[in-house]
Amino acid sequence: MKGVAALPRKNGELVFDEAWQGRIFGMTVAMSHEACFAWREFQAHLIEEIAHAEREGEPSSYYERWLHAFEQLLADKGLLDAAALAERTRDFESGRRDDVF
Amino acid sequence: MSAAHDEHGHHHREPESVLSLRVRALESLLVEKKLVSSEAVDRLVSAYEQDIGPHHGAKVVARAWVDPAYRARLLADGTAAIEELGFGGVDLQVVENTPGVHNLVVCTLCSCYPHALIGLPPVWYKSFEYRSRAVREPRVVLREFGVDLPASTEIRIWDSSAELRYLVLPERPAGTERLSEAELAKLVTRDSMIGVAVAQPPAAAAR
Repeated sequence: MKGVAALPRKNGELVFDEAWQGRIFGMTVAMSHEACFAWREFQAHLIEEIAHAEREGEPSSYYERWLHAFEQLLADKGLLDAAALAERTRDFESGRRDDVF
Repeated sequence: MSAAHDEHGHHHREPESVLSLRVRALESLLVEKKLVSSEAVDRLVSAYEQDIGPHHGAKVVARAWVDPAYRARLLADGTAAIEELGFGGVDLQVVENTPGVHNLVVCTLCSCYPHALIGLPPVWYKSFEYRSRAVREPRVVLREFGVDLPASTEIRIWDSSAELRYLVLPERPAGTERLSEAELAKLVTRDSMIGVAVAQPPAAAAR
């Protein structure tokens, strides 16, 4: 198998390449447990996001698409404000905030 | 400003990726709104990284190998049968490999997968290559995974969805009649439950 499909496929491989991937995965699962949304609602957004990215030939990674799908779902549910997220991201970027999770 | 410290005395870190910053910002907002707790996220991440491997699924398969009545229940109603062993939260259909039939699981649309039983999907499962080729040319894909099936073996493809997940019940390897249920469970790999591998007898499994 070529490309990403050629990566190691043994039991017990690392599941997250970078810490943020684990965080976004964990947040999604935790919020579905808390019934903020149904898992299948998230799944529908992820399917749409992957289809879109593949249609457009975007080189984005799997968890990047996951993140977009999650943000979109939260926005649809009125749980996330895009402007607030952009501002908070700038705060972290500039070092004005530095919470570590 | 020096690279080592800014005026607040923060230590310099490696530049953080845009995505990582965005995810931290997102977590900080969601925690603030009490929609999620960082402790819950910690627990989930560590559970998926360390505890939830394929061994829940392996226990299900081993039980089905030693207990014909359980096997029948598992094939008739996977969701109820895994609940008997304390695993749940997923609508599951179990498909059985036999000498004439080999089953292969894929999710053509995204990455639907029975997480709770076999952990997180491997990278290749989520790849475009696997998702498209498993349906189009399963025999070739299986050969690349090292599974060379006779031409007479029928291959059945199961496309997972958000509503229903599939788990392959692999064939019990020959020569394992004297093994205990716990020993049998060790022979059951994640890949054998997706259908891209067959369960091997102990000597081969240890190699």
